[in-house]
Amino acid sequence: MSPAAIEHVAQTAHASSVDPFVFSFTVFVLAIIVGYHVVWTVTPALHTPLMSVTNAISSIIIVGALLAAGPVEMSLATVLGLIAVGLAAVNIFGGFMVTQRMLAMFKKRK
Amino acid sequence: MLSVNMVAMAYLLASVLIIFALKGLASPETARRGNALGMLGMGIAALVTLQMDAVQNYVWIVIAITVGGLLGGTVARKVPMTHMPQTVAFMHSLVGLAAVLIAVSAFIDPGAYGIANAEGGLYMASRIELFLGTFIGAITFTASLIAFGKLQGILSGKPLVFGGQHLLNLALGIVMVGAGIIFCMNEATLPFMVMLGVALVLGVLLIVPIGGADMPVIVSMLNSYSGWAAAGIGFTLGNNMLIVAGALVGSSGAILSYIMCKAMNRSLMNVLLGGFGGDTVAASGAAGQVADRPVKSGAAEDAAFLISNARSVVIVPGYGLAVARAQHALKEMVDELLERGVQVKFAIHPVAGRMPGHMNVLLAEADVPYDIVFEMDEINSEFADTDVALVIGANDVTNPSAKTDPSSPIYGMPILEVSKAEHVIVIKRSLSPGYAGLDNDLFYMDKTMMLFSDAKQACESIKQAL
Repeated sequence: MSPAAIEHVAQTAHASSVDPFVFSFTVFVLAIIVGYHVVWTVTPALHTPLMSVTNAISSIIIVGALLAAGPVEMSLATVLGLIAVGLAAVNIFGGFMVTQRMLAMFKKRK
Repeated sequence: MLSVNMVAMAYLLASVLIIFALKGLASPETARRGNALGMLGMGIAALVTLQMDAVQNYVWIVIAITVGGLLGGTVARKVPMTHMPQTVAFMHSLVGLAAVLIAVSAFIDPGAYGIANAEGGLYMASRIELFLGTFIGAITFTASLIAFGKLQGILSGKPLVFGGQHLLNLALGIVMVGAGIIFCMNEATLPFMVMLGVALVLGVLLIVPIGGADMPVIVSMLNSYSGWAAAGIGFTLGNNMLIVAGALVGSSGAILSYIMCKAMNRSLMNVLLGGFGGDTVAASGAAGQVADRPVKSGAAEDAAFLISNARSVVIVPGYGLAVARAQHALKEMVDELLERGVQVKFAIHPVAGRMPGHMNVLLAEADVPYDIVFEMDEINSEFADTDVALVIGANDVTNPSAKTDPSSPIYGMPILEVSKAEHVIVIKRSLSPGYAGLDNDLFYMDKTMMLFSDAKQACESIKQAL
């Protein structure tokens, strides 16, 4: 099939099914509600670890960075992706490890 | 290589694990396991992405992850707990910058993400998503850098206010959105770069008018932004994993900002418009007038006498405690009291410290067991039955005028009701007003004894005198 034909098929498929954006948006709204309820159950004593671990979690954008860095031929886009991979890695390792370090300090009375 | 559906299922698993990581933080007992689940989720998401056909550049990717991981790990091991706020702010800026780099990369080469249209350009929906992801990321990046600078003391913590500030920000905001709309229509490079540049400048301008002590709110808010930036990139790439994780972080940061604002009885808008803490000149004039009021002051021995005869003691630590590095000295004093059978509890105000929950971490670091540390709402009813309330390095959060004086700037702010205890001891270096620039009526009450000293020295002297 020619690219134009593929495009045509893709568009007809679109017309008959839900737009991917709507699907993503559904996930987005539901995730916000889950987040809202889960975060209110977090004890205030652990709000600092909550912030450091969410820091690590938002570095999930490493998934996007890996795709950008993916092609073997180096280009500006790949280099930017590689830098983003490095930055996200700082946060992932730093965020989870510092959270672990803090949580290890919380001890009960002997 | 896994099929597209297998990848999506793996992402779903990773999302669930991350939700459980947050859920674990409901209690210190489950938190460590939760954190391990979070790491597992993140690992799965990264590995599944690495095995995709689109990702081939392994050598460089491994180098980038290794370098980044080593840097992050070193920071995580070395950073002092008092520096957590600026560390977190710095990490937010990295998320913002990474989001910007990914967005620019997607703009240059949409094909790498499989979001290119037949001409190799972007669909309209992708352009809008790219616009959102880019500007949120850019604002997060520079705003967090400024917050980091203020917290680290590289930049002055004083609010920088100038005439027409809000109008300028509004104008820049309009230019940014305008350029973004033009980009969405014609996918040209110039409006994209204008939008990106203005967003970077706007991030700086939004934070400069905000005072250093308002940073807990700002750090929480930027926490939220970093989540929305990740979700924005998720929309661009059509990746639900990013959308879920981003939304979780976004709502978490929003809730923390709300809690912080409520604990200061201020609206988020009031914090964002800035300037608070800048009008202390007027306020300190007012404090000067009342500085002649009589106070009862005593020595460490007097404090030790009061405490050793008490059955119950509630300690109210403030950030001054951490500044004086007195946590460990305090912990030794508390151990001595516990050994003598005195009931000791800690009372924490939500804005004690420089970020949400900061004081709890500082006490935990000093080996204070978390089950004698209580939140404001849990302990406020107990002050009436408390023999001695010991206030160390805290001020505004104990000021009774927040409850009694409608003309007070902090009227309505929830406080720790220290003044209900039978005796109050306040350890403070001088009668200087707190962050809000207010005189504290607590200091002048009959039941209050001021112990003018450095917090660390005071704790050591009291322990010796016991």
